[in-house]
Amino acid sequence: MNNWEYAESIESEKIVKIEKKYGHFINGEFVSPNSKKYLDTISPSSEEVLSSISIGNEKDVDFAVNAAKEGLKQWSKTPPSERSKYLFKLARLIQERSREFAVLESLDGGKPIKESRDFDLPQVAQNFFYYAGWADKIDLAWGSGISKPYGVVGQIIPWNFPLLMLSWKVAPALATGNTVVLKPAETTPLTALLFAELCDEVGLPKGVFNLITGDGTTGSELVNHKDIKKIAFTGSTSVGKYIQKSLAGRDVGLTLELGGKAANIVYNDAALDEAVEGVVNGIFFNQGHVCCAGSRLLVQEDIHDVFINKLEKRMQTLRVGNPLDKNTDIGAINSKDQLEKITDMVNEGVSDGGELFQIECELPKNGFWFKPSLFTGVQVNYKIATEEIFGPVLTTLTFRTPDEAVEIANNTEYGLSAGIWTEKGSKILWTADRLDAGVIWANTFNKFDPASPFGGYKESGFGREGGRHGLLSYLKASS
Amino acid sequence: MNTNLSMNNIVDWTTTSDLVGNVKVDEVGVLDRVSSLATRSIKRESKLDALEKIISMCDLTTLEGEDTEGKIIQMSSKAMSPDPNDDNVPSAAAVCVYPALVSTAKKIVKDSNVKVASVSSYFPSGQAPIESKISDTQFAIDEGADEIDIVINRKAFFEGDYKKVYEEIKALKDVCGEIHLKTILEIGELKTYENIKKASVIALCAGSDFIKTSTGKISNGSSRESCLIMARTVREFESYGYGMRGIKVAGGIRDAKDAIRYLVIINEELGGSWLSPDYFRFGASSLLDDVLKQIKKLKTNAYQSSYYFPRG
Repeated sequence: MNNWEYAESIESEKIVKIEKKYGHFINGEFVSPNSKKYLDTISPSSEEVLSSISIGNEKDVDFAVNAAKEGLKQWSKTPPSERSKYLFKLARLIQERSREFAVLESLDGGKPIKESRDFDLPQVAQNFFYYAGWADKIDLAWGSGISKPYGVVGQIIPWNFPLLMLSWKVAPALATGNTVVLKPAETTPLTALLFAELCDEVGLPKGVFNLITGDGTTGSELVNHKDIKKIAFTGSTSVGKYIQKSLAGRDVGLTLELGGKAANIVYNDAALDEAVEGVVNGIFFNQGHVCCAGSRLLVQEDIHDVFINKLEKRMQTLRVGNPLDKNTDIGAINSKDQLEKITDMVNEGVSDGGELFQIECELPKNGFWFKPSLFTGVQVNYKIATEEIFGPVLTTLTFRTPDEAVEIANNTEYGLSAGIWTEKGSKILWTADRLDAGVIWANTFNKFDPASPFGGYKESGFGREGGRHGLLSYLKASS
Repeated sequence: MNTNLSMNNIVDWTTTSDLVGNVKVDEVGVLDRVSSLATRSIKRESKLDALEKIISMCDLTTLEGEDTEGKIIQMSSKAMSPDPNDDNVPSAAAVCVYPALVSTAKKIVKDSNVKVASVSSYFPSGQAPIESKISDTQFAIDEGADEIDIVINRKAFFEGDYKKVYEEIKALKDVCGEIHLKTILEIGELKTYENIKKASVIALCAGSDFIKTSTGKISNGSSRESCLIMARTVREFESYGYGMRGIKVAGGIRDAKDAIRYLVIINEELGGSWLSPDYFRFGASSLLDDVLKQIKKLKTNAYQSSYYFPRG
């Protein structure tokens, strides 16, 4: 009766200029691929082709790695304070052009503009500012003269936070004096390509930052290149294992940031309304395409019904639709492949006996979409309770005592993140002490800061990104 | 109907005491939610819709020692027809005045849609014996007030005597009967979110039809965070089967943009059923003028000077 509809409020696409075709960015310029092969990158919210990107083959990768080797000669002679200046310039330029980057990120990846605008881009700039500050203080970080850069570093990043993951990798690598060959994900290369233009604009010496686009084969070529001294990878656990096998027996450094199946533990003495918000944020942020997503809700049995009731009501207010609408909460699923994976997992959850709640909403005709979903009545042996879905799907389990909560939370091959919800400080500390997870949030979720290290235990990977510890991923002990 | 609920929508003290003891609110979560809702982008027809709703929810207020019959007559007449040049602009919800000026306001608004609300119970401090508060309230009702805005006893609240806070509101609700009772928490004095939530629970249990943020008489007026907490308390209350209660935000809300952000909170936390003057109000003196200007801007694409609108 008094319904108040929000009119569309679309962020204009006019601010971005997308080329029809992109080459690799090697040795300070865009070059056509030796492979002469291209693949389309599409907008997952409309399935419209945005551009064609080069597929890097063995020769392309070799060209890029050699450029990085050459670049290293000058970069290693560049005083740290000068390295710092380049990073500061990049940070400022990213801030200046953040609207452009945000629109491009949402177009190419499907995430809501309010997230790319208010989360991704501010974080990206902050990362460059943060590591710009470290560049001339590396000796202070880990003791004078005990460490040196690897040299040429290969970096492979995922499609869920394309530019943010670039910043997590490129900023510390350059700050510590390495040169980089970066390979963005095949579905989301556009912001990395725009970043390459910025490197040219700030006059970063040639060969210091090289970008090679393509699919899995390109990434594989990069991992197996003989002159790569270090690989930093963020992505799925299966690919991470493949990389580790490929590098076995070689003197190549490796850090892996892989999957997760984080427990979000809600005790019966939590502030429930705020816990509901945190749980929603934990799983539906970026359509659940988040390695540290709180995808397993562990709720104390005596508040299960009350909590689920509140949660379902809150979920129903989520606005699913056009990523460029400023009022959209849930955007498009990143790719057709991913949508199929999510759909298969959810179908299996239902046939296993899980009770599925999905919100009522209209989904756009074109593009890839999945309704925010909640499973209850789930048993610990269901696939949806143990395997990463990487989509907007929350799985609920119950517990009776803190001991049991910890046991269930740790009963996974992953160990990336976790959440604890209780008004009792001592219970937060007790629980956090016992959880095997790299990041633990208490009474909040998905809070990030460049100064805080991030990384996992067990099959969630090893190595840390961010903070002082993040420098170590790009330094090795000097002999 | 819930069994703990007696006449006048009053929840018994034992239940109330349990609810107050169980109050939990997390500051970080509240701030996050409020700042996230503030990014809602309200444009074109949804903005016009919001602006018209805001006017229809406005309690046009003057609560000054210098108030005269002349001033009240002027304000009441404006409340009935805020923009005489635009028939689509609704009337305000009410005028809000001191008890001594209720009859003057009532003479102007008569049986129109515009209600007369009176503050009472030794507004704004509430530092008086309950007998005085009762007679203050009874006087306003006798003068013709349709709605009563009282203040909670903050002295008792800070002394930990929640029962006294509850009993006083309950006694005043008894005086009001069918007359709409709005209870002011004065959040600027309560300060913490936990206190705001506790006071909300007490006021609702004691039978208030509305809970209201502020008197407007101290420097810290309303805040969107307190509105969120109050909205969630009202929602919880309804889920217990205690019925729908309303919220009034007042004190320092001066422009349309801010008011729309409040409306977004109500819309997303409580839903469309609360978007009516029966369940949501703004107490304001200068807000109306800005809203009128914004409506004109949407319709004509030009800002007009204040002198095109009746002065408050």
